[in-house]
Amino acid sequence: MKLAAKLEELTKWYELKSETVKALRGVTFDVPEGDYVAIMGPSGSGKSTLLNLLGCLDRPTHGSLFLGDANIANMNDNQLSHTRATRIGFIFQSYNLIQQLTVVENIEVPLYYQGRLSKSDRERCHELAGMVGLGDRLKHRPAQLSGGQQQRVAIARSLVNDPYFVLADEPTGNLDTVTSEEILKLFESLNAMGKTIIMVTHENEIAAHAKRVIRLRDGLVQSDVRKTDRIILN
Amino acid sequence: MLWLRTWRLGIKSLLLHPMRTGLTVLGIFIGVASVIWLLAIGEGISQEAQRQIEGLGADNIMVRSIKPLNPPNASANAFILAYGLLREDYQQLTETIPTIKSALPIREMRRDVRYSDKKLDARVVGCTPEYADVTRLFMDRGHFITDAEVKQSQNHCVLAAKVVEHLFPYEDPLGRRIYVQDHNDYYRIVGVCRDRPPTAAIGGSLDAQDFSQDIYIPISTMRKRIGDTVVMRSGGSREGETVELNQITLRIDNIHNVVKTAALVEATLEKNHSKLQDTKVIVPLELLEQAKRIRMMLMVAFGLVAAISLVVGGIGIMNIMLATVTERTREIGIRRALGARRTDIVRQFLVETIAMSVLGGIIGVFFGLIFPPGFEALRDLVTKLSPETIAALPDVMRDGSPIIVPASIPLAFGISVVIGIMFGLYPAYRAAQMDPIEALRHE
Repeated sequence: MKLAAKLEELTKWYELKSETVKALRGVTFDVPEGDYVAIMGPSGSGKSTLLNLLGCLDRPTHGSLFLGDANIANMNDNQLSHTRATRIGFIFQSYNLIQQLTVVENIEVPLYYQGRLSKSDRERCHELAGMVGLGDRLKHRPAQLSGGQQQRVAIARSLVNDPYFVLADEPTGNLDTVTSEEILKLFESLNAMGKTIIMVTHENEIAAHAKRVIRLRDGLVQSDVRKTDRIILN
Repeated sequence: MLWLRTWRLGIKSLLLHPMRTGLTVLGIFIGVASVIWLLAIGEGISQEAQRQIEGLGADNIMVRSIKPLNPPNASANAFILAYGLLREDYQQLTETIPTIKSALPIREMRRDVRYSDKKLDARVVGCTPEYADVTRLFMDRGHFITDAEVKQSQNHCVLAAKVVEHLFPYEDPLGRRIYVQDHNDYYRIVGVCRDRPPTAAIGGSLDAQDFSQDIYIPISTMRKRIGDTVVMRSGGSREGETVELNQITLRIDNIHNVVKTAALVEATLEKNHSKLQDTKVIVPLELLEQAKRIRMMLMVAFGLVAAISLVVGGIGIMNIMLATVTERTREIGIRRALGARRTDIVRQFLVETIAMSVLGGIIGVFFGLIFPPGFEALRDLVTKLSPETIAALPDVMRDGSPIIVPASIPLAFGISVVIGIMFGLYPAYRAAQMDPIEALRHE
């Protein structure tokens, strides 16, 4: 099976003034294409660091992270930017839409930084907006949308560049239960369409929607459990 | 397509804060406009000066009598002071210096003149026929003083236009006689000059001259009928001066000989005038050179002042952009996460500063272009509302007009763009250097 991401002994140290914080101390796992992974762990477990590395926002101190054939450990800043623009879809807790842009324009941003915005690209953005249920609000600005709607825009944006995986950081953290359920349903249907999703969360109910749960503790993988396994365990 | 989008985005971001953007643009606008304005004022002043100097004739040399500051024999009984150019000087100059083509002696004094019940304090100018030519005086009617009139010391005179207006409001002055009061003497009017504007003072070496109240008579007539001595009575005491000639205007055969001849003239005058220092040689050609140097100095000085205001405008841009970058840290983080390279971020913010400075530049150029007509309209308005204010202004302000230096427009505009880039680079660089992780976390 093709891998969306492959982590090998991934290590990240932060040099502070007085000490070295070892946020990740050798994390190894694979994310096959089409997987739906929830990463969990208490604060300080290294899940934010892992998220930043998976999102190509940072480079590991040691070890390697392969996205496709490329090891991001060897990339320079521009290559990281290019990888983010072409191969990663971000979803944030606080949506992180650009306020002065409309719904469609927000969805277009990653394409803009790829240096392409053809007519077919634009049509694709419209389709994605329709897919997340915002086909009638293309010209709205983020401030005119509810939290759930904004998160839908973010989801559409994360899909526009056809990424290796969608990286969701507490995607329902700012939403009420009903809306959260809707967003999670959307994730499930995306996953059913073959999209790979990596989700960071600290809530068990949310993680329960994933096919696989990886728990971190003190910078190491504590457990890595598939849903099928869990059912068996129960 | 994409750069179009970059610009659209930049302008959109600027329009989010119209007030802030407007004030920043204003800073650049003032800078650009002041470059154009100040250079136009400088150019206007220097061209006016140059025009006046050229009016004196670049191939002329003027020798003028100067009243000595510390007369040597200022005792109580010597109340008549003799100074200035002598007829002897005139003779010596014309006879000894071969490069002098012609020489024009001039004697001026103020006199009350009358016609019937009208009286005028006029400037009586004794001169020769060349005077009209050298001072660019044109006749309206009749003729100027002729050689024959000089030779025969006739009591004929030529009037300036304003004198006619004053003394002969309803009559034709030609053939009539005016009365010069102090000498109990009559002069027949043989000609009337066209109106001519006064000349302004030039660089302190030449006083302003108003030709409007001139009465021209043959210099020989003046010598015979009026004499060289002028006595003024003021409050019981008398004061007088004896001056043979006020000015000699020398025409030089070739413009290349002007400077050399001027030195010769000074040397010639040395003998009679070194003690009193009562003559002065004015070389319009040298004044012209000087005016050109002053023009450069004006340009540089004004340019510097204007450059300062442009720099202030640039600092305004930088200030606003630094604030904007801090304010939009989150947006920068989002863009970086979505694939923007550092250069993309630099470009985004640079586009905003360039947009502001270009806009300021365009408005500045526009206001720069309408400055000369605007200045004149304003002056006309002030003239109408309060003539005293205008009268109190220096000549240059009254008569001169700002002249736009063509190069100042691309220059000012170019500088504004360069300033936009220069002062925009640092904030844009700061934005690009942000750690995307930190930026995303920024509230």
